Amino acid sequence: MAAAVAAYDAGCTDVLILDREPELGGILRQCIHAGFGLHKLGRELTGPEYADVYRREVLKRGIPALYETTVTAVSPDKVVTIRNRDGIQTIQAKAVILAMGCRERSRGALNIPGTRPAGIYSAGTAQKLINCEGYMVGKRVVILGSGDIGLIMARRLSLEGAKVEAVCELLPYSGGLTRNIVQCLEDFDIPLHLSTTVCEIHGKKRVEGVTIARVDEKRQPIEQTRRYIPCDTLLLSVGLIPENELTRAAGIPMDPVTNGALVDERCQTRMPGIFACGNVLQVHDLVDYVSDEAERAGRGAAAYVQERSASARCVAAKPGFGVRYVLPQCIHTDANEDVSLFLRVTQPFGNVKLTVRSGDAVLAEGKRLRAAPGEMEKLTIPAALLQTVTQDITVSLEVLA
Amino acid sequence: MCCPDWLGISAFWTNCVRFYDGGAVVKYDVAIIGAGVIGGMAARELSRYRLKICLLEQENDVAMGASKANSGIIHGGYDPEPGTLKAQMNAQGVPLLYEAAAELHVPCKQNGSFVCSFGSPEEDAAVEALLERGRANGIDGLSILTGEQARALEPNLSPEVTKVLNVPGAGIICPYELTIAAIGNAMDNGVELKRNFQVCAIEKRETFVLTSSAGERVEAGYLVNCAGGYADRIAAMAGDGSFTILPRAGEYLLLDKQEGGRVSRTMFQVPTKEGKGVLVTPTVDGNLLTGPTAGLVAGPDSTQTTQAGLAAVARLAARSVPSVDFRNVITSFCGVRSSERHGDFIIQASEQMPGLIHAAAIDSPGLTSCVAIAKRIVELLQSQGLTMTANEDWDGRREDPHKFRHMTQNEQNAFIQSHPAYGKIVCRCETVSEGEMREAIRRNPPAWDLDGVKRRTRGGMGRCQGGFCSPYVMKLIAQERGIAMEEVTKCGPGSEPLLGRL
Amino acid sequence: MKRTITCIVCPRGCTMSAEMKDGTITVTGNSCPRGEKHAISECTNPVRTLTSTVRVCNREDVMVPVKSAAPVPKEKMMQIMTRIRSACVAAPVNIGDVIVPDVCGTEMIATKEIR
Repeated sequence: MAAAVAAYDAGCTDVLILDREPELGGILRQCIHAGFGLHKLGRELTGPEYADVYRREVLKRGIPALYETTVTAVSPDKVVTIRNRDGIQTIQAKAVILAMGCRERSRGALNIPGTRPAGIYSAGTAQKLINCEGYMVGKRVVILGSGDIGLIMARRLSLEGAKVEAVCELLPYSGGLTRNIVQCLEDFDIPLHLSTTVCEIHGKKRVEGVTIARVDEKRQPIEQTRRYIPCDTLLLSVGLIPENELTRAAGIPMDPVTNGALVDERCQTRMPGIFACGNVLQVHDLVDYVSDEAERAGRGAAAYVQERSASARCVAAKPGFGVRYVLPQCIHTDANEDVSLFLRVTQPFGNVKLTVRSGDAVLAEGKRLRAAPGEMEKLTIPAALLQTVTQDITVSLEVLA
Repeated sequence: MCCPDWLGISAFWTNCVRFYDGGAVVKYDVAIIGAGVIGGMAARELSRYRLKICLLEQENDVAMGASKANSGIIHGGYDPEPGTLKAQMNAQGVPLLYEAAAELHVPCKQNGSFVCSFGSPEEDAAVEALLERGRANGIDGLSILTGEQARALEPNLSPEVTKVLNVPGAGIICPYELTIAAIGNAMDNGVELKRNFQVCAIEKRETFVLTSSAGERVEAGYLVNCAGGYADRIAAMAGDGSFTILPRAGEYLLLDKQEGGRVSRTMFQVPTKEGKGVLVTPTVDGNLLTGPTAGLVAGPDSTQTTQAGLAAVARLAARSVPSVDFRNVITSFCGVRSSERHGDFIIQASEQMPGLIHAAAIDSPGLTSCVAIAKRIVELLQSQGLTMTANEDWDGRREDPHKFRHMTQNEQNAFIQSHPAYGKIVCRCETVSEGEMREAIRRNPPAWDLDGVKRRTRGGMGRCQGGFCSPYVMKLIAQERGIAMEEVTKCGPGSEPLLGRL
Repeated sequence: MKRTITCIVCPRGCTMSAEMKDGTITVTGNSCPRGEKHAISECTNPVRTLTSTVRVCNREDVMVPVKSAAPVPKEKMMQIMTRIRSACVAAPVNIGDVIVPDVCGTEMIATKEIR
């Protein structure tokens, strides 16, 4: 929606939104908790409220949308094949913006041994069933993974009267936001076990319990620490994967680290006229940044349609020490506007300096009292400095004393 | 074909159940115990005759035992010892299975297989021995390849492989689709399927009277024991203690379609006494399957996977095809095969109990042999005195359950115009529409639960493993069956995902 | 008495320290005035924004999400949940409509439009 509105406002008024759900808003519709919009809108909203802000902007501009419509293919020449109850159609677009979001990693991908009973949910599926459909999914719950959705669901289930026995995290640190650990776990006295995993699922028809164990440095369960916890439900919050099946099928080059497309500062993929933004590009932790990114993609798509494309003067942006990835992966040096770089660090650090360099020149830097992989960092290169750049850009981290 | 209006079907079922609850005993010519691939194929073969047949299943769906969790291989026939029932059934079974699969629209593929030696003298000798054994079993087309020759055909095969038995006649098939199709076709030809019927007592008077754990009773002139891991218990209930089933678990790892192209043939290692070793094979759906392990377990329901087992599968599979990327695993499962100490199938009339036919200890190559075994069961029933009159109305064909998927885009478009539900995609990972799911809940044998819809349509079987679509599928099942959302199960009573409303 | 408090006002999650002495509270480690305010509130009367759902009685399987119009005392949350669970509302509902009135000095309001 943010991309559609931005493209419209940039003068490209012939926009169509395609969505597989019966209403706009995507996953925000089931995120009924507060915490959205502080950066972008300056107030704290719930997910449905945040989505509604954009829905109103879409409606105000009269941007049309097709609901319960699945895109089955996007071709390099921007022909979009859609399927809905009216049939199968193709649409020739001048530009396409991919904003399909992400999916949750499933139990199968984790390969947890044991039985295969009912009562194993990914956190988002449980969230949908509880918040949108109004059904209870479990009474005694163990949560594997301390991602934000898992933490939010720990609180939600507790509020609805379930007993959350434990949250287990394989890594030695949580992937969720600190505020969520405080207000979702500590407020409800839910224990968080770090370096711990679920190593077996028990129960024939319905989950009857799980065995948890601490893990060693190789993340393998330590036999002596195995412990059985009776429960009727196991919730998985073990990571999000951008839903890039359409992107891959279109042959768009991907970044193996982000699992999203390689893009420039306008969110344009390596396939001209095809843009990507939001969780399909990189998994975000803040919706505010998703909207920003979508607006860039919307403006970029409008510019492409209006044939105001960027030049070929392009440098690569690469991760250096302590940095897992940098996005965009390619920057046009004549962009004529400030360009923000988004990155994640490789592990938790305390008191660090992040520096953006091109050759010997420092383009941007920022100090952080702490940095964690769960929190995306942003550094902005001023337009004036960018124009001087001729060599590839590297972002690296330095631990300060 | 248009989708008929099935409104009211659930009321019909409810009435049937109520009628039987009243204690009335329904009499059949033949009762088959166990709706796996053997029971299902036997039901289909018997439906060629004017007989009143019922198929009894203890679970909420068909193909719930070994038939849903095995390698899905049509074996070339080189492995069984010459002169055994296994050798005979395997050789007869292959062409019969390809024929039945075509009639039932079950996807299968003759992709061939390799049996690999890694250079030890014992393994090399074993490969030679298998060639001889295969020839003795009457299998054509077998040959020995060098490692280089094999790698020219399968570039991802391990460089350690030195010698290979090439089995061009081997193939792959989806075992539960085959079972579902066979039973669906049997039902279309008049066979009755009773689920959640766990036989707990068998009395023999003039006929057999079977009582379920819920107290329901069924009377039948002849009894066919296809109870898989429970076949020895069924035999014992009928007073026949002649065999004991040894349950052997096989754990598997199923990988994403990204990995499906690592090999085009099925890669075996030299068999051991426990089984045919860990294989690496493409599936008919384009995934990659690795497994199984083969350890004796406590019972036929010991289908839990273990950390050690899954690790062993990955390790042994990598021996044949080192490039398999196990980060792309989408699910793991475990099937329990039923073996017997003599190592052969038991397909015979009970010596202790006239009128009872056993088809037991059907481990590998049971799937390959299923049609041959079913035909043997028919002959055994005949020899026991069952009169068989051909059923002229019999139709062995089953409409392609994936007909929509197999249409061209223009055909699909035209079909959606008259059937809009096929335009609504429910499972995005496998592109399965609402129409295909509703069809799976309606047509024989109707899917009653989430896993049933999954096995029939592949909906929920992809990368997200039902994360997005399962709430929607639950709604479809609730609507079609006229039940509440909380009553929808994953795999039968006791497996309700929802624990009530907020 | 000294207390360590992790700020939950924004996603930054500052680790703050609050020292209580002679009835006044001194906060350090905060990056903004909102952090200080939060730390003081945590020491005196901890509050949270409560969100949940209420069943829409004239729509099948539809829930309307709600939030407390103002933060509510932390220890009253479960008590308020009991009120929320027994509530029900008829569509149409607009964002901001009062769904459960008068809970601990505030009210639960709708956060989604239901037509």
